[in-house]
Amino acid sequence: MADNRKARIKEFLSRFFRNHELKDDEDIFALGFVNSLLALQLVNFLEGEFGFTIEDDELDFENFRTIQNMDALIERKTSAAGVAV
Amino acid sequence: MQTERAVEQTGMKLELSDAQKQARLRFREFVQQRVAPYAGGWDREERVPLDVIDQLRSHGYLGAPLPVDSGGGGMDAITYGLLTEEIGRGCSSLRSLLTVHDMVAFAVRRWGNAELKAGLAARLGSGEALCALALSEADAGSDAASVRTEAVREGDEYVITGRKKWITFGQIADFFLVLARLEDKLTAFLVPSTTPGFSRTPMHGIVGTRASLMAELEFNGCRLASRHLVGRPGFGLSHVFSTALDLGRYSVAWGAVGIAQACLDACLEYTANRRQFGVPLRDHQLIQRKLTDMIVNTRAARLLCYRAGYLREIGDAEAMAETLVAKYFASQAAVSAANDAVHLHGGNGLTEDYPVARYLRDSKVVEIIEGSTEIQQITIARNPPGEL
Repeated sequence: MADNRKARIKEFLSRFFRNHELKDDEDIFALGFVNSLLALQLVNFLEGEFGFTIEDDELDFENFRTIQNMDALIERKTSAAGVAV
Repeated sequence: MQTERAVEQTGMKLELSDAQKQARLRFREFVQQRVAPYAGGWDREERVPLDVIDQLRSHGYLGAPLPVDSGGGGMDAITYGLLTEEIGRGCSSLRSLLTVHDMVAFAVRRWGNAELKAGLAARLGSGEALCALALSEADAGSDAASVRTEAVREGDEYVITGRKKWITFGQIADFFLVLARLEDKLTAFLVPSTTPGFSRTPMHGIVGTRASLMAELEFNGCRLASRHLVGRPGFGLSHVFSTALDLGRYSVAWGAVGIAQACLDACLEYTANRRQFGVPLRDHQLIQRKLTDMIVNTRAARLLCYRAGYLREIGDAEAMAETLVAKYFASQAAVSAANDAVHLHGGNGLTEDYPVARYLRDSKVVEIIEGSTEIQQITIARNPPGEL
């Protein structure tokens, strides 16, 4: 299930990280591709794709730094809400 | 039935629902009766009257896109677009109130903390309290990250000091979404106009959207309770203001379609009635070329807005990128249409007896606000929308 989630995140990000095979533990901010538009698009994508809402106090760059971290956020959010993704 | 079969076969249906068509008629009637006949006078007086804002409020047009549980109108994205187009067709200054109020109310609902929203959401959503966006400064326009307004944490409070400029409806707004530096992190705060240390100075002689009650703001040690922090420190521009600006661009794109449509309406009437060389202007082929460009560009801009609205409505992650495209194209279409409209009206187009000069001045504004054309060019190239 986690692999499937990571694949969906990677597919979304791949459009913005052209010619770069993004690894699960790679820091997307350090790569220099993320601007404010993509940062918010990413939030919207995660919410829409996995069916939860990111609250104001969950705005933490660590949650979005790597695909692994995003997957962990999804796991926390969906298991708390009892949502299967 | 035939339409349903066609949709099944083609996978595409580009048509307003009956409810959306009826809503558009209501918006159009409101604008024709209460807005368009007076917009030129408001422009000259540099002031939208407060009773018109009351009418917007009583019709549920302020806060229309916010959810009903936040005191808003719960309007779908397409219907909201139609509202914005119709208001923008009559008066861009009044449209700009919808834009700034809704974008701030929406961002506060999205990123405000529970304590802030508990006390305020319904007042913002219903338009009972008016909001404005306090981003630009004398030396920070397109380069928003260079704002100098400063926030300092003192115990459980924040103290804001700085100046903002070109704040639409800054003369009368009750709350301002302010971007400030907190320990050098870009951070958003919602500042009530009643906060001690806050003052505002009207700006006059603005070329376009002259009735939008623009102001310069000063925050001189404005002390705020911690609940007025919106989002977390460091996320003010990337998430809070970006959320607001995304809705703002959507609203401005539709408003630009409204300007282009108003230009087209004015030109179709004028070129049918005005005669030169023994025939109506519209019978001249070079006039027809300008009218055709206006018709086609207006329709293309509206279709891009429909596309952006559809994606927003279904919660597609492409919606932001598509909104950029719509704003980019529609704002340029408005400038082009308004430029041609003044031209087609000849000497009359340079007077206040016809609305087209106002349309031209207002169209330049939509090409600058919520990201200038050049900023859109950079952003769209870096964040291209996916395949249609």
